[in-house]
Amino acid sequence: MSFLTAALRNRSFMIGAILAALFVGAALVSYLWTPFDVTKLDIAHKLQTPSTEHWFGTDHFGRDIFAMIMVGARTSIAVAVVAVGIGIILGVPLGLAAAARKDSLMDEIIMRTNDLVFAFPALLIAIMITAVFGPSAINAIIAIGIFNIPVFARLTRGAALSLWTRDFVLSARVAGKNATRISVEHILPNILNLLIVQGSVQFSLGILAEAGLSYVGLGAQPPIPSWGRMLAESQTMISFAPHLAIFPGMAIVLTVLGLNLMGDGLRDLLDPRLRRART
Amino acid sequence: MSFLQIENLNMSIYGIDILKNVSLSAAKGEIIGVIGESGSGKSMTAFSVMNLLPAGAGVSGEITLDGQDLLAKSEAEMCAIRGSDIGMIFQEPMTALNPVKTIGDQVAETVLIHGNATRSEARAIARDTLNRVGLPAEQFPLSRYPHELSGGQRQRVVIAMAIALRPKLLIADEPTTALDVTTQAQILDLLKQLVAEDGMCLMLITHDLGVVAEVADHIVIMKTGEVVESGETHALFRDMQHPYTKALFAASSHVPDKGDARGSKKPLLEVRNAVRDYTMPRKSVFGKPQSFRAVNDVSFVLHDGENLGLVGESGCGKSTLTRAILGLEALQGGEIRIDGVPVEAGTHMSHDLRRKMQVVLQDPYGSFNPRHKVARLIAEPLHLLEVEPKGAERRQAVEEALISVGMQPSDADKYIHEFSGGQRQRIAIARALILRPDLIILDEAVSALDVSIRAQILDLLTDLSSRLNLSYLFISHDLSVVCSVTDRVMVMNAGQIVEHGKTEDVFTNPQHDYTKTLIAAAPSLKDALEKENN
Amino acid sequence: MLRYSLKRLMSLGLSLLAASAVIFLAIEVVPGDPASYMLGINAQPDTISALREELGLNVSALSRYVTWVTGMLTGDFGTSYTYRTPVVDMIGDRIMISLPLAIYALTLSTLIAFPAGILAASKRGSVTDVSIMGATQLGVAIPNFWFAMLLVVVFSINLRWFSAGGFPGWDEGLFVGLKALTLPAIALALPQASILARVMRSALIDTMNEDFIRTARAKGLTRRQAMWRHALRNAMIPVLTIIGLQFSFLMAGAIIIENVFFLPGLGRLVFQSISQRDLIVVESVVMLLVFAVVLVTFLVDIAYAAVDPRLRGRS
Repeated sequence: MSFLTAALRNRSFMIGAILAALFVGAALVSYLWTPFDVTKLDIAHKLQTPSTEHWFGTDHFGRDIFAMIMVGARTSIAVAVVAVGIGIILGVPLGLAAAARKDSLMDEIIMRTNDLVFAFPALLIAIMITAVFGPSAINAIIAIGIFNIPVFARLTRGAALSLWTRDFVLSARVAGKNATRISVEHILPNILNLLIVQGSVQFSLGILAEAGLSYVGLGAQPPIPSWGRMLAESQTMISFAPHLAIFPGMAIVLTVLGLNLMGDGLRDLLDPRLRRART
Repeated sequence: MSFLQIENLNMSIYGIDILKNVSLSAAKGEIIGVIGESGSGKSMTAFSVMNLLPAGAGVSGEITLDGQDLLAKSEAEMCAIRGSDIGMIFQEPMTALNPVKTIGDQVAETVLIHGNATRSEARAIARDTLNRVGLPAEQFPLSRYPHELSGGQRQRVVIAMAIALRPKLLIADEPTTALDVTTQAQILDLLKQLVAEDGMCLMLITHDLGVVAEVADHIVIMKTGEVVESGETHALFRDMQHPYTKALFAASSHVPDKGDARGSKKPLLEVRNAVRDYTMPRKSVFGKPQSFRAVNDVSFVLHDGENLGLVGESGCGKSTLTRAILGLEALQGGEIRIDGVPVEAGTHMSHDLRRKMQVVLQDPYGSFNPRHKVARLIAEPLHLLEVEPKGAERRQAVEEALISVGMQPSDADKYIHEFSGGQRQRIAIARALILRPDLIILDEAVSALDVSIRAQILDLLTDLSSRLNLSYLFISHDLSVVCSVTDRVMVMNAGQIVEHGKTEDVFTNPQHDYTKTLIAAAPSLKDALEKENN
Repeated sequence: MLRYSLKRLMSLGLSLLAASAVIFLAIEVVPGDPASYMLGINAQPDTISALREELGLNVSALSRYVTWVTGMLTGDFGTSYTYRTPVVDMIGDRIMISLPLAIYALTLSTLIAFPAGILAASKRGSVTDVSIMGATQLGVAIPNFWFAMLLVVVFSINLRWFSAGGFPGWDEGLFVGLKALTLPAIALALPQASILARVMRSALIDTMNEDFIRTARAKGLTRRQAMWRHALRNAMIPVLTIIGLQFSFLMAGAIIIENVFFLPGLGRLVFQSISQRDLIVVESVVMLLVFAVVLVTFLVDIAYAAVDPRLRGRS
């Protein structure tokens, strides 16, 4: 059975992929079209409840919530993608290098630095950066990205270490391949599945973290729309305009849920043990 | 009716037939050996008796123990029977014990779970039982944890758990396969002794004809879920009816045609005073790091065209020595030369030197990157050539290597998971051959294979050796295999070579005490049958 | 066991030292001159030099770092520039909210997750399992601060069971204090409980496939007995790892949740300090939170040894 047909049959992967595609699609479409201009204030129509004209209602400045969620998806997705990218681009090579020279000084330094970074949750990194440089969306990316580095480095090292003890790596060494070539030709292809699955998990965590940082004012700043800040602004009006909080929150939940379901599905689809049972 | 009676047992898992009309019987105080290669259904027969089958299993037929119909029992009733009427021991002693509980608690649990004893009585029984299996209180208090014991000692604990309540039936599923020969002999003796003392019935499941021939009263031979032949041990071997039994018997005592000894006087591999130390974890934060000498002053010469054996039990240092010869780990003393050129460990080792020597490893499943096709797997050593062949030339080299090991050229385009264990080992040999090396190191290269496959691979190896003028360094724990293919043999123990000489001489007239123990411990089909005939 | 603990304790000390260096570098060295940064661009040169004097900035960064670290060891965290009070007093008041909140949430999440995870694992594939897993899937996806807002809408604004925010102080009694922390703790605990329940379930299922479970079953234990007597303790090893990791997320989450409920905890303090550019306070609070995370990692390491005899070594 090909990967595609298997994927189509995997319910959690399909639901997840559709949800994720919905939000990525919304973010992309928002560059070309939004139902209303999110930068234009329309005080006359402020705080409207959902209607056929404003699907999700309007906020205290009369802006269309649906349009803001579309544009806000850009921020969430961009921050999460870049942060995962930072984690993979820096974390994976570090993990491979540490595993290739297990117990060496380099391994020790990489792993101890990892432990150190783990003591700083993304929020603390963001607090430090903001205290010194002021708040911005870049802060959120850097803070989440830094936190992702040890996540990928540890995962890669752990998986690579068990592969290094395998006989096929020994055969490659007997064939004269050096550690770099072995890492690239033998280790990396065998941990790719693991990285893809972890990538989707970190992606969804990134979206949650971005929302949290923007909510407390350490992330994206006005006028860039962001789901987290929409929720922060809705808070004082929650008793009389709950729709301000409900729709952006649902957007976060559905995106994260979608990515997590997709990750679970991918784990099953890419697991060779399960694949053998399937064919 | 016999004490243990299995009648027309059929078992399927998710609709796939695993056991077909299996019937066997055994009396009290008797040892019944169930023999078969992997996939023969021998373990599943045992698990059917225990009613511990995997999910999706459907059973029909009849299993009676001492008049009780086991298949008619409810799960709760079976729980009461398991551990008290039937005990079971398993293949892997390293993982069969709970790592976070003491051995005392684990043995006492058998008693406690079945009710009729207080905690202190159960501990007293546990103590007695551990004494019985050869784990005396002074060295093995109840407070020991499994990780503090060796494999053989752990297997004794598992046996203690199984016999604590003196069951009527003991099932042993490959109980010695994971153990060294000397330990295997001790565990088999212990089992025989327990059967004699308690008068229980022992169902011994194994792939090793030598083991059953030595201990079993009755033998049942299984193949792909069916019993092909059964009977009293020596009668069965004297008068084998089924072709599979004959084939199995022939394969077990198979000696490949070695051809003439070709050894020249030209040294190919020289090892001089090799020493390899490992640093142990520090005992205290400020203490000096301890070191362990895995290879201690080892010297030998392998001549061009010669097949040299290296025999030893696990932990004797043979794997460490192999890694040093392959240039993967540096020595702390002495030197290794190939064709007169010293081997330097690590990536510094020259490609010229590496080209002369290739390796075939034990595990046919772990030796290949599952993500590459066979063509790429076999071609990997070509990297060592100054000009790496490309395109058609490369393909031709791959196909020639495949043909030389009896595979098809078209196999190059498949993935490794499409092949059986024996085929994979052929592919591993093809990979080692592609550079036409002078020396191939065979590190337990046939140990993971079933006997019939093993015989084929041994034939292939001896054929290749004489055809291509290859030399082998044949490393194994299995005396009979080494004996069958090598010209000279070395025996290694605790990091040292304790004996070496012509293969026949060493096996027929061992000089060193350790060699004598090793040979005496090895279960031999021939010896067992000869003993009976005398 | 003692050797193991000492080794862990040493690595705890080293981690704290390294973390303090990182924090010091990030906050006091990277921005250049902290005094002019704290006062903003319109500051007079003489006010800046007065502050430099007050903060002791006229000596080298290294000796300032040493003063800072030795000060913290003796309980002196410096003086807040904005409030002119010792930082240690400010932190002391706030931590009495943040720490109980984190512990409350951790307790709740464990109390929810353990039974849920064990139940799901023991009834694997059943409706119960599927429902629990579905619920946790949702729990993992909900941002805790949004969940907090929903809780406020339901339980404070509509049902009026709890107040929407603020903290009456522990002087009003333990019950009143805990009641004020209940909604925040639930909001914090739910996502963590979901993660923990999933880990508990998969760890148990993995352990139930181990060889020693088969051995236990062969002794006559039922599946249930094998799980409680053998699998659970082995499954605790990955679960402990996650609990340790979760604590840092809980601390971070608490900072955000304090904002939803207007709780005067460390979170509020740190955001005020950021807006007032009071670097001394920011530095101390971050250090304190890192200390909490590292300490929990240490405790988890000790707990590993309690669970797993292989780590203890022979005494």
